[in-house]
Amino acid sequence: MARTTLRLSVVTALSVLALAACAPPSDSGGASSGRNDAAKATSAKDLGGMAALVKAAKKEGQLNVIALPPDWANYGNIIKTFSEKYGIKVSSAQPNAASQDEINAAKSLKTTSRAPDVFDLGQSVALANTSLFAPYQVSTWKDIPAAFKDPKGTWVNDYGGYMSIGYDSSKVPSVSGVSDLLGSAFRGKVALNGDPTQAGAAFSGVMMAAIANGGSADDIKPGVDFFGRLKKAGNFLPVDPDPTTIESGQTPVVVDWDYLNAAESTKLKTWKVVVPSNAVVAGYYYQAINAQAPHPAAARLWEEFLYSDQGQNLWLAGGARPVRADAMVKAGTIDKAAYSALPPVKGKAVTPTVAQTEKAAKYLSANWAKVAG
Amino acid sequence: MRADATRESIAWRVVRVVALLAFAVFFLVPLLSMADFSTRVVGGTGRTAQPWENLVQDPMLRSSIVTSLLLALLTTVLMLVLLTPTMIWVRLRVPAASRLVEFLCLLPLTVPPLVIVVGISNVYAWVSYLLGNSPLTLTFAYVVLVLPYAYRSLDAALGSINVVTLAEAARSLGAGWTTVIVRVVLPNIWPGVTSAAFVAVALVLGEYTFASLLNFETLPYVIGLLGKSDAPTSTAASLAVLVLASLLLVALTFVGRDNRRESRRDKPSRGALT
Amino acid sequence: MARVSRLAPWAGLLPFLVYLLVFLLVPTVTVVVGAFQGGHGFSTENITGLFEATALHTLWNSLVLSVSSAVVGAVLGAFLAYLVVTRPPTSLFRRTVTAVSGVLAQFGGVPLAFAFIATLGFSGVLTEALRSSFGLDIFGSGWLFGLRGLILVYSYFQIPLMVIVFLPALEGVRPQWREAAVNLGASTWQYWTRVAGPLLLPAFLGATLLLFANAFAAYATAALLVTQGNPIVPLLIRAALTSEVVLGRQNFAFALAFEMIVVVGVVMTLYTLLLRRTSRWLR
Repeated sequence: MARTTLRLSVVTALSVLALAACAPPSDSGGASSGRNDAAKATSAKDLGGMAALVKAAKKEGQLNVIALPPDWANYGNIIKTFSEKYGIKVSSAQPNAASQDEINAAKSLKTTSRAPDVFDLGQSVALANTSLFAPYQVSTWKDIPAAFKDPKGTWVNDYGGYMSIGYDSSKVPSVSGVSDLLGSAFRGKVALNGDPTQAGAAFSGVMMAAIANGGSADDIKPGVDFFGRLKKAGNFLPVDPDPTTIESGQTPVVVDWDYLNAAESTKLKTWKVVVPSNAVVAGYYYQAINAQAPHPAAARLWEEFLYSDQGQNLWLAGGARPVRADAMVKAGTIDKAAYSALPPVKGKAVTPTVAQTEKAAKYLSANWAKVAG
Repeated sequence: MRADATRESIAWRVVRVVALLAFAVFFLVPLLSMADFSTRVVGGTGRTAQPWENLVQDPMLRSSIVTSLLLALLTTVLMLVLLTPTMIWVRLRVPAASRLVEFLCLLPLTVPPLVIVVGISNVYAWVSYLLGNSPLTLTFAYVVLVLPYAYRSLDAALGSINVVTLAEAARSLGAGWTTVIVRVVLPNIWPGVTSAAFVAVALVLGEYTFASLLNFETLPYVIGLLGKSDAPTSTAASLAVLVLASLLLVALTFVGRDNRRESRRDKPSRGALT
Repeated sequence: MARVSRLAPWAGLLPFLVYLLVFLLVPTVTVVVGAFQGGHGFSTENITGLFEATALHTLWNSLVLSVSSAVVGAVLGAFLAYLVVTRPPTSLFRRTVTAVSGVLAQFGGVPLAFAFIATLGFSGVLTEALRSSFGLDIFGSGWLFGLRGLILVYSYFQIPLMVIVFLPALEGVRPQWREAAVNLGASTWQYWTRVAGPLLLPAFLGATLLLFANAFAAYATAALLVTQGNPIVPLLIRAALTSEVVLGRQNFAFALAFEMIVVVGVVMTLYTLLLRRTSRWLR
């Protein structure tokens, strides 16, 4: 009896280990040939031109997007405009998800019709997952500066902005630089958009504080120290800001991308945005197509739309700087009113490279807990 | 002697009243705040029922309510189908396995749900490959979470009747095993089954860990999602869930009392048999 | 032949065993194995990562939170349970408190977080009442969303849980013991310290351990209240799984989960041992 029990336990243990190790077969196709054509297209020409792309996309009838909050860079409007223009239903999942969640969703929903078709990702996640993307060059490819795209078209920067400080002028005194936030008038009022070990926006916020306090893209320590001082003064509010907390007055000062803060100015008249002149941190987000997209033609049409004049101007209307801005200014197709409404930026912009981001991230994950938690 | 006793009991009575008042305040204030917060007009005065109306009007909230209710139903059914025959079978035919079954059923209390969900992604990759991506696939995970509570209810109910004798009597009259389990034993442990069902429903309606980390849109998940942008609606939904769960659990205590009454009735008959 | 027929009844347990194998044992094994995997194959880098400053600081916070809320819950809950048990079993008061405790003990996660946000949050009922009537600002710099807030919020379900777990033990204390003690000349103090106290101590300690494990493993409430920083282990696991800044930390999440299994496992084993000691006396 004991030997039987022993044998049974060994068998159980082995089967458990075996089950734990294996993954289901990855099913990469079996759909109609039309779908495979679109999935392999690296430009509209491959499908026979824009009209053919539009037709194929309309036939698919649906587009899955993920992690696009409606008030983030005017995405609500962009989705609506795209949907009405082409009659394609857009399913917007998990608007509050982070970049890593987009990749996780693509992996776990692979082979289903709910997988995301396109991604809008932060730098680290985008560059770490290029094997999941399908290369595609939009028709306005030439307008995009080389620094903002992958030569093969695996990813393209879509819009960007600068790190800024937004504040409610009716609740706090005016802010011109990062060090103003240490003042006594800011007790319990300063919020950071997210946790810097998790969210790209918060990470860049700490980077901005670092540069303003003598650090650089290679040295984020002064930024972490600054937030430590902010917390000790009782000024740092451990609340995740969003339009509701801003409008209710719970977070009167928010460190966030300038386009997100600018979107708030349209809703709250006393909300002002300033990009500190001694610490200009730029950040672009990355657009990519899922290589296993369930709706490949619609995904490519979405990219075409985003990089068309109309799409780029919609992003501009949300306060973000579209990647084709320079070309559009030259061609006169830019929305001049929106362009001039962008907060003025003085000083040299810093964009951390992948290596610098990794180094800073390592320092943050080892030291941020002492500041915030 | 009696005067001492009275003096002691007056001081004690005062302490008791004050303590109970303090506890009552501590536990009632958050609940009342929820009711107040969920009917407040943002940035104004007066009351509004809008957050409560959102429970039926908001499409995402509405579909998540349906999802969660379906999940509760499926979890209860699957849990009962899986556990009841097993426990009856153990008592009737494999008593040596009772310690193993008890250990396995109480194991989910030791392995935190967070740990299970961290390690379950491979398993759920298979589940979504075989069964699709509906949130209803959470049923499988929820049955595991419900297991300890369901086991305790069913174990108590089975312990209060004489399963072996009932089964032997039924078998000697020619009943098959299915008949024994479904038509003989089950009606006698009905209070235990209902308790297990109630606990399962209450648990599913409040479960957040699995739903949020596997990204399924159940009611608690959507409440959390809305909390950032529309706190009054989230508070209204939370209060609704809480009230529903309370009603279920209060009903449970009444069912529990019936259970105790029945077991007391059994004692004399057991004495007659032994 | 005999062995086969002896094993045949076990086949009836097969569906149950297979189900648990797939949905409980496999994930647990995945976590344990994954904790010892690094970039490629076996590695202890994630286990050693558990002893770095951040992970240790987070573990310390988790332990502080669990111990504090367990002690608060145990002491206050035991007191409330005592107040309940001194009433007759059929009194309305006793039944109400028992039922309400049953509800509140399950009241974790989502509703609890919003209840406290509605009370003590920035525009919470209590905050506004104190602000407008007394000019007191209890919101401060958002302490509710940090460790101290979590201790307060966890007590809300720890106290009722203690009542539920400890009440059977108190009910098992027979009045005959008290009568016997009084007959032999014991005072109330002596009765409590020499008779009832030692008998109830294993149950009390066991219940406290249960509360500790409950607080240590809790995720939902903290996930909803804390959005800035990862003060406790469950939130650090969440960060390791979903961070878009520090990548490639899934195996570290496994290591942290493994740490959780170890801590909770030790506590629950002690609890089971204490439970066996109590059941001897208080049947």
